[in-house]
Amino acid sequence: MAPILEAEDLQAFYGRVKALHGVTFSIEPGGITTILGANGAGKTTILRAISRMVRTTGTVRFGGERIDRLAPEAVAARGVAHVPEGRGTFVNLTVEENLRGGFYARRDKAGVAEDLDRVYRYFPVLAERRRQLAGTLSGGEQQMLAVSRALMLGPRLLLLDEPSLGLAPLVIQEIFRILRAINAEHGVSILLVEQNARLALDLADHVFLLETGRVVMSGLSSVLAQDDAIRRSYLGY
Amino acid sequence: MDIFLQQVVSGLATGSIYASLALALVMIYQATDVVNFAQGEMAMFSTYLAWSMLQAGLPYWVAFLGTVAFAFVGGVVIERVVIRPVENAPILSIVIVTLGLLVIFNSVAGWIWTYIQKPFPTPFPSQPVRLGAITVGAHDVGEFAVPLVMLIVLFLFFRYTPLGLAMRAAAQNPVSSRLAGIRVSRMLALGWGLAALFGSVAGMMVAPIVTLDPSMMGGIQIYAFAAATLGGFTSPVGAVLGGLIVGVTENLVGTYVKFIGTELKLTVALGIIIVVLLVKPSGLFGRAVVRRV
Repeated sequence: MAPILEAEDLQAFYGRVKALHGVTFSIEPGGITTILGANGAGKTTILRAISRMVRTTGTVRFGGERIDRLAPEAVAARGVAHVPEGRGTFVNLTVEENLRGGFYARRDKAGVAEDLDRVYRYFPVLAERRRQLAGTLSGGEQQMLAVSRALMLGPRLLLLDEPSLGLAPLVIQEIFRILRAINAEHGVSILLVEQNARLALDLADHVFLLETGRVVMSGLSSVLAQDDAIRRSYLGY
Repeated sequence: MDIFLQQVVSGLATGSIYASLALALVMIYQATDVVNFAQGEMAMFSTYLAWSMLQAGLPYWVAFLGTVAFAFVGGVVIERVVIRPVENAPILSIVIVTLGLLVIFNSVAGWIWTYIQKPFPTPFPSQPVRLGAITVGAHDVGEFAVPLVMLIVLFLFFRYTPLGLAMRAAAQNPVSSRLAGIRVSRMLALGWGLAALFGSVAGMMVAPIVTLDPSMMGGIQIYAFAAATLGGFTSPVGAVLGGLIVGVTENLVGTYVKFIGTELKLTVALGIIIVVLLVKPSGLFGRAVVRRV
C-alpha cells in the first residue's frame, strides 16, 4: 500500500538553528507509528514540520500530495490533525464550543453530528461537561478534549505530541485504550511522540528512532523492542 | 430628582457611544493584544464619508449603511496592508503604527474636508420623548438604541454562528486555531473590520451633538479608553458596561460638583483610568492574565 505520509530529506529551522538534519521516513496508512528519541532529538519538531508550524526544507507528501508549502490551516483542512504538546485547548470556550471549533475547516458538514456523538461515546465525561469552560477540566479531561477536537476534523492522520504528559497512570491507560480503538475502528493513522517509551512501543506497530535530528533506526516495534541498545537507552532494563 | 434622572438618562445616551468605541478597542485588543489608538480617528473619517454622501443627496439611512459597509472594508484593508507587515514586531512598534494612523487620518480628513466644523444631521425626530417625569431628546433615545441593537446582534453573532466561534477561537489561541484549520489571519482582518464598523456608528451617532470636525473623536476616544479600562480590556461585556458607567458618572459629576462643570469633565475620564489602574488593573470584569513561567 502507498504510504499515507512520506518525508524526504526534511530539515527544520528555528530562526537560524537547524533542528532536523534531513530526516526521511514514511508512514503506512492505518498504522500507529511512534518516534523515540532523547530530549532535544527533534521529535516534536517532526510533528511541527508536518503541520507547517516551523520553517522547513525538503518534501512532505500526504496521500501523494505535497503539503510542505501549505499554510498550517490548509494542512489541517486536508485531514492532518495535530494535538500539540500542552494540549492547546481553548480554555475560555465551553467543551462543546471547543469541539465545534474543531471542524470549522471541514468540508463534509454532514458527518459532523455523527462525529460529535462518536467522541461523546468515546469520552462520556466530555458529554457530561459539554457546557463547562474547558479551562475548568482536569488535565486528563483536557487531553481527552484535545484528542476529541482533533477527531472532529475528520482526519486521516492524527499527530499526537506527548499525550501522557502530566497525567495519572489510570487516565493514561484510558486514553491509550481509546486511541487504539480510534485507530482500529476508523482506520485513522497515528503518529505518536511519547517520552514514555514502553507505553509508546506497546501501542505502536512501527517505530523510528531519532538522534540529534536524524533517523538512526526504524522498523516494527515488536522487533525493535527486543533490540539491546533500545532496551538499555529507552526502556531501562 | 428630575434633574438627577435627566442626567442619568442623557449619561446613558452618551455612554453608549463610549461603549461602542470601547467595544471596538476591546475587540482588537483581544484578538491581537494591540490597543488601536487610531480607532477614534477611523470613526471620524467614516463620519466624514457619511457627511459627503449626505451632501450628495443620499437619504440618511442609505448613507448610514454605505458608511458602515465602507468602514468594515476599510478596517479589513488597514489590517491587511498596515498592521499585517508589523504583526510579529514588538508591541511598541505596533502601537506606534496605530499612532501614525491616528495622525494620518486626522490630517487627511483636515486636508479633504477642512478643519471648519460642520453640522451633522440626526435621523431621529426633533420633538422630545416623554419618559414618565422626564423628557429626553429623540436623538438621545436613538443614540442609546442603535448601538444597543448592534451590540445584541454582535453578541448573537459571536455566540451562535460558526464564524463567530472561529473568530473567538482565533483570538484566544491562534496556534491551536490554525491546527484546527481556522484561517487566523482572515479572522483578525474580520475583527478589524467589525471594530471599524462599530466605530463608524459611534461617530455618526455622536457627530450631531459635538458637530463634525477632524478632532471630534479626540475626547471621546479618551472616554472609550476609560470605559475599556474600567470594564477590563479583556471583557467585551465589561467594555459596554464601563462605557455606560463612564457616561453617567461624567454627567453626574459635571452637574453636581460645581468646580468641575463642563470644562473639567474630561479629567473625570482620566481620573477613572488612573484609579482603576491603581486599584484593580484588570478592570471590573477583566481577567488578570496569569502566565506559567
